[in-house]
Amino acid sequence: MNAPLEFLKSLFSSGRDLLPIILVVTFFQLFILQQPFPNLGKVVVGIVFVMIGMSLFIRGLEMGLFPVGESMAYAFARKGSLFWLLLFAFLLGFGTTIAEPALIAVAKEAAVVAAEGGMIENNAEAMRSYARGLRITVAFSVGLAILIGVIRILKGWPIHYLIAAGYVGVIVMTAFAPKEIIGIAYDSGGVTTSTITVPLVTALGVGLASSISGRNPMIDGFGLIAFASLTPMIFVMAYGMFI
Amino acid sequence: MGFISDIFWITLSTVGDVVPIIAIIFGFQFFVIKRPFPNFKKVLIGMAYVIVGLSFFLVGLEEALFPLGKLMAQQLTDPDFIRSGMKAAAEVLVWSDYTWVYIFALAIGFSTTIAEPSLIAVAIMANDVSGGSISARGLRIAVALGVAIGISLGVFRIVTGTPLHYYIIAGYIIVVIQTFYAPKMIIGLAYDSGGVTTSTVTVPLVAALGLGLASTIPGRNPLVDGFGLIAFASLFPIMSVMMYAQLSEWWVNRNGKSN
Repeated sequence: MNAPLEFLKSLFSSGRDLLPIILVVTFFQLFILQQPFPNLGKVVVGIVFVMIGMSLFIRGLEMGLFPVGESMAYAFARKGSLFWLLLFAFLLGFGTTIAEPALIAVAKEAAVVAAEGGMIENNAEAMRSYARGLRITVAFSVGLAILIGVIRILKGWPIHYLIAAGYVGVIVMTAFAPKEIIGIAYDSGGVTTSTITVPLVTALGVGLASSISGRNPMIDGFGLIAFASLTPMIFVMAYGMFI
Repeated sequence: MGFISDIFWITLSTVGDVVPIIAIIFGFQFFVIKRPFPNFKKVLIGMAYVIVGLSFFLVGLEEALFPLGKLMAQQLTDPDFIRSGMKAAAEVLVWSDYTWVYIFALAIGFSTTIAEPSLIAVAIMANDVSGGSISARGLRIAVALGVAIGISLGVFRIVTGTPLHYYIIAGYIIVVIQTFYAPKMIIGLAYDSGGVTTSTVTVPLVAALGLGLASTIPGRNPLVDGFGLIAFASLFPIMSVMMYAQLSEWWVNRNGKSN
């Protein structure tokens, strides 16, 4: 195998993926805002870094994360122990979410909103404990989502019933939740799933669906991420109502 | 040059993020499954690639694209800039004065999504699982179009100050209706693509746009109205991916009949 050539090819394809951003930024900077580029050299080095990073990441996905997710799914299916599989699913969701930087940022902002809205006392201690409670709530809801998603794959339930039920849950909660929390709750659905969680969880789902007879990896294997971005909305609104 | 020290610190913090995941995986592998990983060495190298790759990726974004993109979002939403493009100086800006902001939202939503690593991962997986019938590139373009439309509609919402949940509920209704008509094998993937679009690349830039708008438009509260763009970016790809599947099915059927 010709490794350097392979890497060059993957760098080229990363460059192609970045081209739209570069074009958009250049166009707006030069033609709409009509300003020169600040630190052009730095920008170019940064773009090269992004290209290298993207190529390494994709290579690592195929060598590391995908095989790990799939081989664990096969191992659990062979072992046939439902308890361990479900515990693993829950911990994977909980453990990857609790440390997610985007979630930490959102939780902090949510605490500010809550303090200004008079829901909690306006001091650092109350805000810190509010933010921590929110993070645990979201992490718990993601763990629960992956767990439910795995049960769904095992049972072969159609995904859209569960998603539609989730939507109904979101709408009902919206009617009762404090107005200030709604935007944060809706956004928290999108930020919970990190770049490392997504490939692992996807590989787990596809691996499970392909190792259980009667399941189609395409129809049953996907959907875990969808649950993980739906349940935090419901739980964050609940958190806003009860705290 | 701060690049080298940045690489070091960001790698360290990426490792910190990964530690709980690695602990869970290895804990289960050794204590529950009790069997070594197949190709253990290769897996380790792959994990190292992922961590180093993500760190390079983040450093490059922080150094090059994020400062520029965030500054751009601020400048484009600045009322002075918006007034400068108008023939008569209006006292009160209305929603149609924000043309460049909508175009920027559309363009930045599309282009950041194309470069989003989690989406690349899911697209590669979908391509493998479907045996190539779902092309990784086609899927990514469909998702990116969804994000682009979603974010510009989200910007319109902030400008007009209409309640977020009306849009989201309407979106849910469309998604549920579409689900009945879309090919069955795309549904799970479509729902998933909502969650993967918004991570490393898209969130910081989109958040800057939302906060810029909400803090310059009179009557908007950045804390209440600045949120919600991510929600749009996670909802619209579901529709666009189902639509993509419906269109390609229709296309195949039509060509099948004519031959």
